[in-house]
Amino acid sequence: MKRVIESKAVAGQSPNYLLAKFQDLVDWAVNSSRANSLWPMPFGTACCAIEFMATAASRYDFARFGMERQAFSPRQADVLICAGRLPFKLAPVIRRIFDQMPQPKWVISMGACASTGGIFDNYAMVQGIDTIVPVDVYVPGCPPRPEGLLYGVLLLHKKIKGESLFDAERRRDEQPLDERGLRLSPAEIDEVSEPFGNSVHQFRSS
Amino acid sequence: MTRTVELELATPGVDAQGQPARVPLAASDLGGEHLLLNMGPQHPATHGVLRLVVELDGETVVRCIPHVGYLHSGFEKLGEYRHYNQIVPLTDRTDYLSPMSNNVGMALAAEKLMGIEITPRCTVLRVIACEMSRIISHMVWLGTTSIDLGAFTPFLWAFQERERIYNLQEMWTGARLTTSLTRVGGLMADIPDNFVEKLREFTATFPNTLNEIDRVLTRNAVWAGRTQGVGVMTAAEAINYSLSGPMLRASGVPWDVRKDRPYLGYETYDFEVPVGEHGDVYDRYLVRLEECHQSNKILQQALARLPDGPINVDDPRVILPPKSRAMSDMEAMIFHFKQVMEGVKAPVGEAYVGIENPKGELGNYFVSDGSAKPVRWRIRPPSFINLSALSKMAEGHLLSDLVAINASVDIVMGEVDR
Amino acid sequence: MTSQIPGRLRETLARDGETIVYVEGARLLEAMTWLKQTPGQDYDYLVDVTAVEFRDRERPLEVVYFLRSLTRKADLRVKVELDAAGDLAVDSVWGLWHGADWLEREVFDMFGITFRGHPDLRRILMWETYAEGFPLRKDFPLRGRFSRAEQVRQALNANPEAHYSLDELSIADAWGDLPDDMRERLKRGERGVVPE
Repeated sequence: MKRVIESKAVAGQSPNYLLAKFQDLVDWAVNSSRANSLWPMPFGTACCAIEFMATAASRYDFARFGMERQAFSPRQADVLICAGRLPFKLAPVIRRIFDQMPQPKWVISMGACASTGGIFDNYAMVQGIDTIVPVDVYVPGCPPRPEGLLYGVLLLHKKIKGESLFDAERRRDEQPLDERGLRLSPAEIDEVSEPFGNSVHQFRSS
Repeated sequence: MTRTVELELATPGVDAQGQPARVPLAASDLGGEHLLLNMGPQHPATHGVLRLVVELDGETVVRCIPHVGYLHSGFEKLGEYRHYNQIVPLTDRTDYLSPMSNNVGMALAAEKLMGIEITPRCTVLRVIACEMSRIISHMVWLGTTSIDLGAFTPFLWAFQERERIYNLQEMWTGARLTTSLTRVGGLMADIPDNFVEKLREFTATFPNTLNEIDRVLTRNAVWAGRTQGVGVMTAAEAINYSLSGPMLRASGVPWDVRKDRPYLGYETYDFEVPVGEHGDVYDRYLVRLEECHQSNKILQQALARLPDGPINVDDPRVILPPKSRAMSDMEAMIFHFKQVMEGVKAPVGEAYVGIENPKGELGNYFVSDGSAKPVRWRIRPPSFINLSALSKMAEGHLLSDLVAINASVDIVMGEVDR
Repeated sequence: MTSQIPGRLRETLARDGETIVYVEGARLLEAMTWLKQTPGQDYDYLVDVTAVEFRDRERPLEVVYFLRSLTRKADLRVKVELDAAGDLAVDSVWGLWHGADWLEREVFDMFGITFRGHPDLRRILMWETYAEGFPLRKDFPLRGRFSRAEQVRQALNANPEAHYSLDELSIADAWGDLPDDMRERLKRGERGVVPE
């Protein structure tokens, strides 16, 4: 039984040898089952959703990676794949969908717009869904090729297999919105959303 | 040539369960309350982020109010801050199901504004791009509508055909979906050597898939029962609601921008425009299926007549000079510098060009004040206007019919919300 | 032919060959009705309604109507000029062409131009309590007026389900179940409060 060694002292791992081996076994079983049957919640908004659909269709077929059933109800989903750009009007919707998902849950941000706002550095677009929901894997591309999305899914598998049930610090924390209604502090949001690249130059109208 | 489909499956006015197809909007005699149901914005059957607030009397839709704007990305605002060639990648992302068609539409409008005539080879290549886009858009429509109505297999067949076109798009532009094909005055690149042969292969075998889908769906009792008589728009209503594209033609109005306002030399191609009769979901399905056959025909004609020659206009102020010359010749370097740093300046004025997008009439309206960035870039969105008729079409139908009607409008939220 | 349009001010030609007729704002509805109903004009199809604001602040805003006659295969562009400093209001053509419904709502959302007589003039692309202004105006910066954090906060608090329109609520007979203060607010036309 091969295990990906993520050398990190997991808080909560027992110092007792037999118990530690038992914890490893349980972790292996649980993580493999979780990783190998991640049911995606496709939060498809724009062009990336079409590439997502192409990944689901027969040529690339992510059912062979365990994502057989696309759960359109968040209550039955494991991973929220935000495929496409997220305008501000849609922000409360994705937050609510994320809150409705039961633990354990992961989020894949597919595409440049979901990860950083993409080419839309303007009044209407959320500059990265990580200002709203915690993200596990970012898949770059505009849109990412189906192979790119599959690689992102495989990276998520790897991440899942490195987790541990006995971790005292809960890794899958809810990260709820605080009393201002934000997940991150305003300074962090502003810093993450700062214009970069071409956006720095292309804001003059004439 | 009219292709008549004879069916004795559906009794007009009566749905598959034998109930009247449209429930009259009389006051309910049971005296129950109406239910306000919210569908979306995240919903598998709304074809994107569309929110439908539906008032239901039991299972019957009394009123349906669509809410859009959940994908509003500020395209028109962004267009005012970009040079004309920098707007081309933006157009890929409005109607992302048929990106090359959007690219062509925007380039035609910019060229009309600037008074540029494109070369013959570019004209034919743009026709090829538009018709390929029509096919992939209709394939998505077919696949997703079949899924909504319960038939999963045509989705896989349709997407397999899309993959073949995607291979061609990738050969030509390097990208499967966000093609950014056109530039003002020409194209980003010429077709590669084996493109014509591969496209010919596609056009030879594509009708087989269409016929297979036709065999599965057209005379199918469930399909006909769920789509006939559902979501009817009469011709007068369709005109009044400014519908366009297959929605308009299925209602019996024979307006096709390719025939009535020809562009790119469409008047020289031999093709027919399918026009429906009843304006219901079934007719829209037949119109779109037939349009795929006609697109295939146009593609074959275009491939046969593809002339040799340059794809770009021979105007160094508009088209970037080839890199080798830009690096060696002073004049070419200056032209290159001016175009990249300042952009191509358009004369003062305005221009509107409408093309026949797969969804309807896609219009691009540019207003210029003489600078390199437009003062106003307006996209006339066919899906937005077609969708506004949804509340009219859905009244009196069942909730499951609402799904069918929504699917038949063929919306793409990127274009609805821009 | 265009010289007979009621309220016609002047005429120009667009670069795509189409005729543009400038019409007095006060007589717009008269002009549009004439264009639709006069035999020989028959502009039965409304292609688009939009607005243009120029970078030159001296120029007025223009509301542009693209008309088409399907029977005569003719197009016409009608424009109304509105003074940017004045009252941005124009009559709605919804009564003539129902296609103007959402198109006029979009112009209202993006430019702040009100259409008198429109059955349901609400914001359509931005959410109803959007507080930053009218995005396509030239004095509205590309990235919006508020900071990104403030925009995220406003967006997350603009609970979409709290803003059903009066139309939706009253027809659903939910009016009676609403809390009193919400009913008062809706009657006054307010659409909800974003917490500070």
